[in-house]
Amino acid sequence: MLSPAFLSKLRSLLPPHCVLNEREDLLPFESDGLAAYRNIPDVVVLPESEAQVAAILQLCHASKVAVVARGAGTGLAAGALPVDGAVLLVLAKLNRIKAIDPLARTAVVEPGVRNLAISEAVAEHGLYYAPDPSSQIACSIGGNVAENSGGVHCLKYGLTVHNILALRAWTIDGQLLEIGNESLDAPGYDFLALMTGSEGMLAVITEVTVKLLPRPQRAQVVLAAFDDVAKAGAAVGNIIAAGVIPAGLEMMDRLAIQAAEAFVHAGYPLDCEALLLCEVDGVNEEVSADIYTVRQVLEASGAIEVRTAESEEQRLRFWAGRKAAFPAVGRLSPDYYCMDGTIPRAQLPHVLKRISEMSTECGLAVANVFHAGDGNLHPLILFDANQPGELAKAENFGGRILELCVEVGGTITGEHGVGLEKIKQMCTQFATPELTRFHDVKAAFDPDTLLNPGKAVPELHRCAEWGAMHVHGGQLPHPELPRF
Amino acid sequence: MLDTLIERIRAAHDSHTPLIIEGGGSKTFYGNPDEGEVLSTRKFTGVIDYQPKELVLTARAGTPLAEIEALLAEQNQMLAFEPPHFGGPATLGGSIAAGLSGPRRPYAGAARDFVLGVRMIDGTGQPLRFGGQVIKNVAGYDVSRLMVGALGTLGLITDVSLKELPTPAAETTLQFEFDEATAIARMNQWAGQPQPLSATSWHAGLLTVRLSGAASAVQAAQAKLGGEAVKDAAAFWQRLRDQTTPFFDTRSSSSNQCLWRLAVKPTALPLTVSNRLGGDAQWIEWGGAVRWLVSDRPAATLREAARAAGGHATLFRGNAPADGVFTPLAPALLTLHRNLKQRFDPRGILNHGRMVPEF
Repeated sequence: MLSPAFLSKLRSLLPPHCVLNEREDLLPFESDGLAAYRNIPDVVVLPESEAQVAAILQLCHASKVAVVARGAGTGLAAGALPVDGAVLLVLAKLNRIKAIDPLARTAVVEPGVRNLAISEAVAEHGLYYAPDPSSQIACSIGGNVAENSGGVHCLKYGLTVHNILALRAWTIDGQLLEIGNESLDAPGYDFLALMTGSEGMLAVITEVTVKLLPRPQRAQVVLAAFDDVAKAGAAVGNIIAAGVIPAGLEMMDRLAIQAAEAFVHAGYPLDCEALLLCEVDGVNEEVSADIYTVRQVLEASGAIEVRTAESEEQRLRFWAGRKAAFPAVGRLSPDYYCMDGTIPRAQLPHVLKRISEMSTECGLAVANVFHAGDGNLHPLILFDANQPGELAKAENFGGRILELCVEVGGTITGEHGVGLEKIKQMCTQFATPELTRFHDVKAAFDPDTLLNPGKAVPELHRCAEWGAMHVHGGQLPHPELPRF
Repeated sequence: MLDTLIERIRAAHDSHTPLIIEGGGSKTFYGNPDEGEVLSTRKFTGVIDYQPKELVLTARAGTPLAEIEALLAEQNQMLAFEPPHFGGPATLGGSIAAGLSGPRRPYAGAARDFVLGVRMIDGTGQPLRFGGQVIKNVAGYDVSRLMVGALGTLGLITDVSLKELPTPAAETTLQFEFDEATAIARMNQWAGQPQPLSATSWHAGLLTVRLSGAASAVQAAQAKLGGEAVKDAAAFWQRLRDQTTPFFDTRSSSSNQCLWRLAVKPTALPLTVSNRLGGDAQWIEWGGAVRWLVSDRPAATLREAARAAGGHATLFRGNAPADGVFTPLAPALLTLHRNLKQRFDPRGILNHGRMVPEF
């Protein structure tokens, strides 16, 4: 609980409508996009200026009160879950586009600006902001930086870290960090990379300079159906080996295809085990050359059907099925739980087989959608939260999938972040020395662990308690730690 | 061999002995001067894994860059950030620790953009592993990218995993006679259009532009942009990348001339730093974002010029000013650098002062 004295000081920093602590005002902030994790915040502040952010941080630092930063609240890993006794710092009101420079191809925006709003604002100049997480209509750029958000175009255009040039951020003791500049690099350590994906643990971002790209002249998509998931997986590698870097390369398995087709009637073939959508973009001639190559590779890889979208309308319809895959699967079951592991693509057949076996073992169905180009797998576990024990079962199944991803050389999170959701699996992916260094990085910025405490990096003793052990070369990690 | 490196760093840590990490020695000129015993990675070589279909290669730090590039070329792939060799036996580890990129950088990405994971030994002799071999990975802080350009001051990189890209099917280089202001404007205008640009350069009144992609796309762009096709263009870009043209060799000029790298906003107007040598003492790269100057002006003057143009200045070749070759960091950032260095290398034994003179 926060003291009345602290709350009164907090109120003195902000206009009355920017501080919420009545229960009905706090409820909308009890969870982020991962609604299975809920905690009503003690107080919510919605600053309207950078100076207010700095003042809030200084007060919290002086009072040793923790701060959880939150953007649009669309995150999927409980990274913005309120922490007891902490201030929830909502940056949504800092939502101005401060400058657009079409010639230099940059935009300077506040953290609460929505991802898609950037592309909309610069469209008149023939430019756009490339990272496009599926929540781009709602998610904000500050949160994108905090999570290093991706999207379906990462293989060609990169993640957030590849598409930003500079940040203004504030440390917990209220010092301004100007990271990066208007050129392409900066002296010193690469703090732009360190801040990106740091999940609100190191500093609070108040301004982002993003890189803008010219809109591709043309985009074209090819759809291919396979009677075998392994063949579809091999086709992905074959496309890349042929020298094509697709703008988007997505795979869906049988259950996901059926659900999507029933929901949006995208025109998908139903008599198949896997579907690939391969989009190429660029200048007109490049697209024509690439589409020719892609079709040849898909046919040679054993596709039972290959279709090129013949119009922009058909292209969008092919994508509509993929983009609606999550809600479509949601219609099959009262609840679903979306996982976010990344694997080396060659491991796909093995991983899908193991997921299918685990699904049988635990009695929960799973649909798989896959950013195949970059190896990012999103298994959707179907369950019913009203059935006692099913949520725990789904979480356990999800945890096993993530551990499998690590086992085959991948990672527990490709683009959603660790947050609180995957903090146990961090103990699987990293051993004590690496986790120690993560805590060291944290301590270099925030020695009192006031920023988003308890998220992203597990305490070492917690790894021992959870029994989630990083086993490498037959050696148990953390041998120095007591186990309870 | 890895054990030898670990032992060597542990012993240096125990005895407070400063070490200078060295690969091929092609970039010893870069950064602030440092002193210590040389710890060479040259014998720690070899490609550990290369999966062309995954676009991922993992190799040991001492592996010669040339060897990696030859291996990739067999599969029609490349290191798209075009790391400079500087005419020497550059290694993978050194290239990543220096974090430098070549002509393709503004269009394809920098060294840091292609690093997927590293194995390293920190200043206490602790081996560590960050990132991995997959393109998307947001578990934990991005320590692998933090190592890129850290000049070995946070740890010795032992292995690196990199993303590759396919070699473009066709490349053409065009040349235009433009003054500096027009060249800067054109580079930026074209970069804002869907054109297959892959490198740009302006020097002595000539704008040189490379186009890469499908043969049909390159031909179409050439028809649109005009200009004169350049023969032997590969050699031109290689010389620029490795700085083996006479322009970059300040040793041949009078003694006070230094080579400065001014990283600026790409649209920054022609710089007006006064210069004895006149207009030919500048070479512009990276779509206008890097201006190389051969100059005898004081560091403060060049840093101010770069700052006013939105960026920073680095003394690339020449005698280091007392406050170092890099633009000094603002106090808040300097504190964080010191904190990180203290955590990764508590006794300051790794490349002491190479990045920030005091540590």
